[in-house]
Amino acid sequence: MVDYIKSFDIDFIKQHIPQYVDAAWLTLRIAFIGIALSLIIGLFCSLILHFKVPVIRHIVKGYIELSRNTPLLVQLFFLYFGLPKIGILLDSEHCAYIGLSFLGGSYMAESFRSGIEAIGKIQTESALSLGLSRFQVMLYIVLPQAFSVSLPSLCANVIFLIKETSVFSVVALADLMYVAKDLIGLYYNTDEALLMLVIAYIIILLPISIIAGILEKRLRHG
Amino acid sequence: MDNMGLGIIFEGNNLLRLLGGLWITIKISFISVFVSIFLGIILGMIMTVNSRIIRVITKIYLEFMRITPQLVLLFVIYFGATKVFGIDIDGQTSAFIVFILWGTAEMGDLVRGAILSIPKHQFESGTALALKKHQVYLYIIIPQTIRRLIPQAINLTTRMIKTTSLIVMIGVVEVLKVGQQIIEANRYTAPDAALWIYGVIFFLYFIVCYPISKAATILEKKWASN
Repeated sequence: MVDYIKSFDIDFIKQHIPQYVDAAWLTLRIAFIGIALSLIIGLFCSLILHFKVPVIRHIVKGYIELSRNTPLLVQLFFLYFGLPKIGILLDSEHCAYIGLSFLGGSYMAESFRSGIEAIGKIQTESALSLGLSRFQVMLYIVLPQAFSVSLPSLCANVIFLIKETSVFSVVALADLMYVAKDLIGLYYNTDEALLMLVIAYIIILLPISIIAGILEKRLRHG
Repeated sequence: MDNMGLGIIFEGNNLLRLLGGLWITIKISFISVFVSIFLGIILGMIMTVNSRIIRVITKIYLEFMRITPQLVLLFVIYFGATKVFGIDIDGQTSAFIVFILWGTAEMGDLVRGAILSIPKHQFESGTALALKKHQVYLYIIIPQTIRRLIPQAINLTTRMIKTTSLIVMIGVVEVLKVGQQIIEANRYTAPDAALWIYGVIFFLYFIVCYPISKAATILEKKWASN
């Protein structure tokens, strides 16, 4: 094992760190935009489900089932290789945003929905009897409480979505996975490339996972 | 003919080949889920043991498995392990290794959560009724744990099936790879095959996963009410 660790090419690692850093920023940027979009989609979808808006409600339900029951990789293949055949050309970055928010939206919607459901009816009724409008009840009473209830599952979704970004290398996006594959193909330094890949993901995700853990504990006490 | 549309699916035995590919995906995920549930129950019980060392070790294992993307794990096993240990692992075997390692971690955490969610008074009431320790577990704790666990385990199965789509990246010939082969083979006769093939694969996954996740929701609702 010691011999194996000694066999690591430190210079190679040093030389290629900047590439990984760039790729990590790209991964983070896509994840950030994708997650922000998913939160918006998720919130809207959960509100539509909550208020039982006719017709649209069924579309939202269909969307949630469709996106939760298909893998992101297949969604991406369809977007990137399938759609151009009917004239819809998307570049890889837009594919990534659309894919991630299509997938994330439904997960976020489910989290918000369970949060809203967890808030007792008595809260809504009390607020209504105080003369607040339905909109105000949602905005000032239900949503803030629902948000803190669903925070742990929202955090879990964030981690899940950042992990899912690793498949974007298939649509030729130069993310962490892509850089690692590239280096393996170019120099055959498989061990070093994979080690840096794992470390890069740990650096990105470990803090988020720890924060999520702390939030969850706090909420349980609160 | 330069535009065959959906017809390409039904030409020759293309549909059968796609289904054959899907079967490989399903086979890998079901075997992995089965083994993971078994190992996960053991891991989950170990995690509730009151020992600092065991807690730290299992926590590290769990965190590592959770925060590393499955695709990265697949690469580490498929390309990395081969080099480190000098052994030759084929794509399917590395898929089994990764999905069992990952599934065990996820399942272990679910089991731990389910056991901890049983209120303490259940243990105490059982003991107060003069039940022996193994009777308390057998008649009171385990039935309640299983009720909480089964819907989540079913959900894990769908996640496993969806994640198994990644094995195309380490060279396993499964539904996506078969799809690509069909598209490449018909590049000139059916240029728009990609749209239809990937569309069909999309719905194949949906058809497989939807009933499973529906079952999980129904069980969850049914058992939550009583």
